[in-house]
Amino acid sequence: MTDGPAVELRDARRAFGAVRALDGMSFDVRPGEMFGLVGPDGAGKTTALRALLGLVRLDAGSARVLGAEIGRDRSRKAAVGYLSQRFTLYGDLTVDENLDFFGEIHRVADLAARRARLLAFTRLERFRRWRADRLSGGMQKKLALACTLVHMPRVLLLDEPTTGVDPISRRELWGLLSELLLSGLSVLLSTPYLDEAERCGRVALVRAGRTLACETPAALRASRRASVVEVVCAPARRARDLLAAEPRVAEVQLFGDRLHVVPRRRDDRLADAVARLEGVTVSAVRTVEPSLEDVYIWRVAEEEAREAGADDRARGHP
Amino acid sequence: MTAAPSPAVTVEVRELTRRFGPLLAVDRVTFDARRGEILGFLGPNGAGKSTTLRMLCGLLSPTSGSARVAGADVVAEPDEVKRRIGYMSQRFSLYGDLRASDNLDLYGALYGMSGPELRRRRAWAEEMTGLPGRLGDRVDDLPGGFRQRLALACALLHEPEVVFLDEPTGGVDPAMRRAFFRLIDELAASGVTVFLTTHFLDEAEYCHRVALISRGRIVAEGTPTALKALLGEEAIVEVRSDRPGAALEAIGGEPRLREAALFGAGVHARAAPGVPEGEALAAAETALERAGVPHSAPVAVPPTLEDVFLEVVRREEGRS
Repeated sequence: MTDGPAVELRDARRAFGAVRALDGMSFDVRPGEMFGLVGPDGAGKTTALRALLGLVRLDAGSARVLGAEIGRDRSRKAAVGYLSQRFTLYGDLTVDENLDFFGEIHRVADLAARRARLLAFTRLERFRRWRADRLSGGMQKKLALACTLVHMPRVLLLDEPTTGVDPISRRELWGLLSELLLSGLSVLLSTPYLDEAERCGRVALVRAGRTLACETPAALRASRRASVVEVVCAPARRARDLLAAEPRVAEVQLFGDRLHVVPRRRDDRLADAVARLEGVTVSAVRTVEPSLEDVYIWRVAEEEAREAGADDRARGHP
Repeated sequence: MTAAPSPAVTVEVRELTRRFGPLLAVDRVTFDARRGEILGFLGPNGAGKSTTLRMLCGLLSPTSGSARVAGADVVAEPDEVKRRIGYMSQRFSLYGDLRASDNLDLYGALYGMSGPELRRRRAWAEEMTGLPGRLGDRVDDLPGGFRQRLALACALLHEPEVVFLDEPTGGVDPAMRRAFFRLIDELAASGVTVFLTTHFLDEAEYCHRVALISRGRIVAEGTPTALKALLGEEAIVEVRSDRPGAALEAIGGEPRLREAALFGAGVHARAAPGVPEGEALAAAETALERAGVPHSAPVAVPPTLEDVFLEVVRREEGRS
């Protein structure tokens, strides 16, 4: 195996009419890594995966899997398992029949043994004679994952595997993905859920076809020199309005019964400002790490400020 | 000290039950929601969330039990319920090939609005959606965040006292989600009751109160902070390592820790019942040292609502 990246998207550009789906997106997935492509709908996540699979041709840049473009290379295609967001299973076939179908397409040798292992891995043995459309959403996702694994790929590309999946099934899917990772697979998955990015070794935060950042979740948090002070209090709305008026406060976010307050100075714990809150009962104050949602929003704001600055310079402003 | 007058109850649910043949989809659900409250319903698919929601919207009659929504009885006056509530889902049926203003007019007509009343609410919707110049645009040509607010404006056009939101911001840009929940908070501050069903944890965090629902029953209920405190005594330990697989193996073999799982470039595990935080951290350190796995110092991390949910469901299932 080479030491190069398992998956590499380099300055990828692709327009559909006026829409720039990929606008210079870059990231790379290292062998044996769980990598998250994280961003909202319309960020270019699906187009990036489809470019890597050779299903979408790039206008510029490159998309490589295991060192080369997939193109029409059958052996390279065989090294990749792809779980698409929409089409996954044949609803009127049973669990067994779905696995057999995907196995036959990929000409898997000794299919019965492979199927038995995948059914055990996904704990679907009891349901093997059920029609796929009779399974719960979580079980359907597990079956779809099993189908993408039937030909023993080395790289998995998963397009929003956890979207619409409930918390219990989602935790189970992450357990399965962890086991795959430990067995040596490289996994690239896309998700709109920023809290899920925490579960990845590294993530690319993407927006509008571009990469905002590509790092470990811990590095992303550390990269922003800011702390967040969490204040649990009542009435929280009053506290928000009072703190938002403080010149030392950059930003206040209200979540139900608590506030996340970002001070202008990193080391400012805002203790006296919180103590001064009139007509507010404070039950807890502590410093918390910024969430990846915070980091995402800050990165977007920084990029927008940079672009606005570039526009000003172009127009001859100082 | 005098107790503050408690705000009026707008959703009153008592022993609400729904069977489908042998399946008990909703099992004696009881709760209240008040004016100005954002109440979240969090649970897996099939737990009874949408069955409860359909009963509260007057779309499905209960097998037994009762519910009053905005003063109307869901069994005796389902049509009155429908008039007094608003509903918005993530895949909300805006008409994409119509103009934004056409969609507003359509919803106004559905609720029997016309003349000055409709004009007043259209003006409100124009301001609330924040992009007044674009009401003449086709919905499909509008940015996602604007479509989101337009869907909300349609649901609120007839000034309902209670609004039901079904995973309203899945997949939207985080900045837009924050802006959306600022609107929701203003709505709640004006006295509207917001009832949110979701399994998207970032949304549940915005609720004043969250009810966790599993197998048709409410298994826990409280503010997000109070729910997280349910796990308080059993810390979640995090270690980071360049060899997460080896770290997982080392920690998985330590009896004072349980549920070890890969988490990013590291491992998360829960303290076993009765094991204090300090001992759990020391146990992780010892296990990793003994196995010779390079690692960061173990730290306790705050639980998420997902951790709480999984734990509560596990306890319930252990009991039954």
